[in-house]
Amino acid sequence: MKHTLSVLVENKPGVLTRVAGLFARRGFNIESLVVGQSENPNMSRMTITIDAAEHPIDQVTKQLHKLINVVKIRDLDPESMVARELALVRLSAEDATKRAEAMQLAELFKAQVVDVDRKSLVLEITTTPDQLASFTKLLQPLGIVELVRTGTVAIGRGRG
Amino acid sequence: MSPQQRISGAHAIIQALKDEGCDVIFGFPGGVVIPFYDALFDSDLRHVLVRHEQGAAHAAEGYARATGKVGVCVATSGPGATNLVTGIADAYLDSIPMVAITGQVKADLIGTDAFQEADTTGITLPIVKHSYLVTEPHELPQIIHEAFHIASTGRPGPVLIDIPVTAALAEFAYEKATTLDLPGYRPTMRGHTKQLRAAAKALTESLRPVLYVGGGVISSGAAEEVFELATRLQIPVTTTLMAMGAFPETHPLSLGMLGMHGTAYANWAVHESDLLIAVGTRFDDRVTGKLSAFAPHATKIHIDIDPAEIGKNVEPRIPVVGDAKLVLRGILTELEDLELQPGLTADWLERVEKWRAAHPLKYDAKGGEIAPQYVVEQIREVTGGDCIITTDVGQHQMWACQYFKYTEPRQFISSGGLGTMGFGLPAAIGAQIGCPERQVIDIAGDGGFQMTMQELGTAMAYEVPIVVAILNNRFLGMVRQWQELFWKGRYSYTDIAVQPDFAKIAEAYGAFGATVTAKDEVADTLRAAIKDPRPAVIDFVVRREESVYPMVPSGATITEMIGGAPSKRGKS
Repeated sequence: MKHTLSVLVENKPGVLTRVAGLFARRGFNIESLVVGQSENPNMSRMTITIDAAEHPIDQVTKQLHKLINVVKIRDLDPESMVARELALVRLSAEDATKRAEAMQLAELFKAQVVDVDRKSLVLEITTTPDQLASFTKLLQPLGIVELVRTGTVAIGRGRG
Repeated sequence: MSPQQRISGAHAIIQALKDEGCDVIFGFPGGVVIPFYDALFDSDLRHVLVRHEQGAAHAAEGYARATGKVGVCVATSGPGATNLVTGIADAYLDSIPMVAITGQVKADLIGTDAFQEADTTGITLPIVKHSYLVTEPHELPQIIHEAFHIASTGRPGPVLIDIPVTAALAEFAYEKATTLDLPGYRPTMRGHTKQLRAAAKALTESLRPVLYVGGGVISSGAAEEVFELATRLQIPVTTTLMAMGAFPETHPLSLGMLGMHGTAYANWAVHESDLLIAVGTRFDDRVTGKLSAFAPHATKIHIDIDPAEIGKNVEPRIPVVGDAKLVLRGILTELEDLELQPGLTADWLERVEKWRAAHPLKYDAKGGEIAPQYVVEQIREVTGGDCIITTDVGQHQMWACQYFKYTEPRQFISSGGLGTMGFGLPAAIGAQIGCPERQVIDIAGDGGFQMTMQELGTAMAYEVPIVVAILNNRFLGMVRQWQELFWKGRYSYTDIAVQPDFAKIAEAYGAFGATVTAKDEVADTLRAAIKDPRPAVIDFVVRREESVYPMVPSGATITEMIGGAPSKRGKS
């Protein structure tokens, strides 16, 4: 089962290595890990997406808590969180039919064209992980040259 | 020291160590720690120069395990730091408070493969409770203050501080650190009242309870509470290797050690119990054997300060997160409000006594050769049980657990989780320096002794009057035993009969040395070694192919116990 952890950490050197290393040592596969400054300049917030099919999630959250620089962990409830991911997709644009189809899809998914030349175009999309999956799947036959994803960031809904 | 005074980082380290109450450090110099050693030259902080950095780490552990205080070791960058690694890992596995200080190359050379550069914080990442790479020299006092706090509180463990030589040379105004800012570190000390109440209630209802006590009881100083709980409710007590002496083994309620080489009666009692109270322990595989068959009829109460231990191996009915001493005190208080039924466990204790009588620890004392177990018994006899024992790892370690009756916490010092050969001698030196008034005896194997025997030089230099009792079977005995039992007797590379004359090695160092081959010389030689003011090594030439029994094979259930397994359980 997929879990989205929101982890508040002290902004100290080595903290990313400590967190990432822990997942590896305890046998968890990280699907994505995003880290950036939080509302407090001394703290960073990580959004970690993991597949906890083989191990119970509470063992990893307890182990994470043992890291001195980890301040707070939330296992976000998929029903009450907002999750977003940004992706940049470079498509081959030499075939006019495919290009038109790509533009249509972009419009449908509210993606922006951020770069274009004779051979290729780059789309930017910010959406939910599910939507992104469908978007890239639909673009696939149109010739994805390069795909760059930020990984998921997520926040709890309401005040939860 | 006035806050305005500017001092070097090296002097600041020493001042900060003293501010933390540190009175001795164990170390070995090298290139990038010369500024630190130069500052040490005029300092009143005691430094013990070892002969190999691994010795520094184990000596710091021995000191910490014997005194309960934080052990400190120091090494230079690169190989100095990597030589500490085994000792740091050992402290991590056994939750021993340690601060390891390593030198690092100049800050601007980090990452260039400079001479004696190693990524020490990277290498030690999985085996430390926390670590620092000092980038701002003026933060040294604060970092050392935090390191001591983290190492010694909650579930104790090693903290590493890697200090580039540039930080040791930098000058700044020293300010004593007095506050902590660790928002992510707040160990839970007191158990949840609801859980304490549930535990107390279960205790009053149990007909067949067993207390299963681990190293957490030693580190939290909860031996008194264990004793009170056990004697008040008449509960038999078994301890892990990490907790020998947490409950006096001379007491009728003591079952000795449990697990792979535990007593048959401890293992049977756990197996048949209806309530298992696990305190400061982690259901290690050497204790449980096959997990699914461990204490199958018991409701489990698991008390531990580390929430990650609860549910890791065994899902307890009543989990209690907190410090063992405070939690047990809380349970004892809750018990005051409950009605106790006197004699509730009387039938159970009678049954346990039957197991004890039917399957005592025993060995073959006949014949001219010295039985290794006999040496352990004689050490107890000669010292009256009043000494600190350290060990290496292997058969002798198990015999030291089985045949010496420990009566107080911190009396038995051994490498439990990591199982580090070569631990015993340097740990004995550290323990002796921490407890100068005690007699310290290292019960060693001939294999392990050869891994760190250069520390005899340290013992000589500081006139540390330890006694090393080598149980010498000319084998890597525990592996040999496994080969005998499970590998068709194919003794692949475990015969180490080619070895030096250990007594002569001791004499070459100027220490007391003796070789004992006759049973009737065991006690007298021990007495002579203890009486001699010098460090001593006694080479006890023991029966070669003696095995440790009973034994629950790895991953097996206790019904498969070899030597001491009564197949008639139940109503026996």
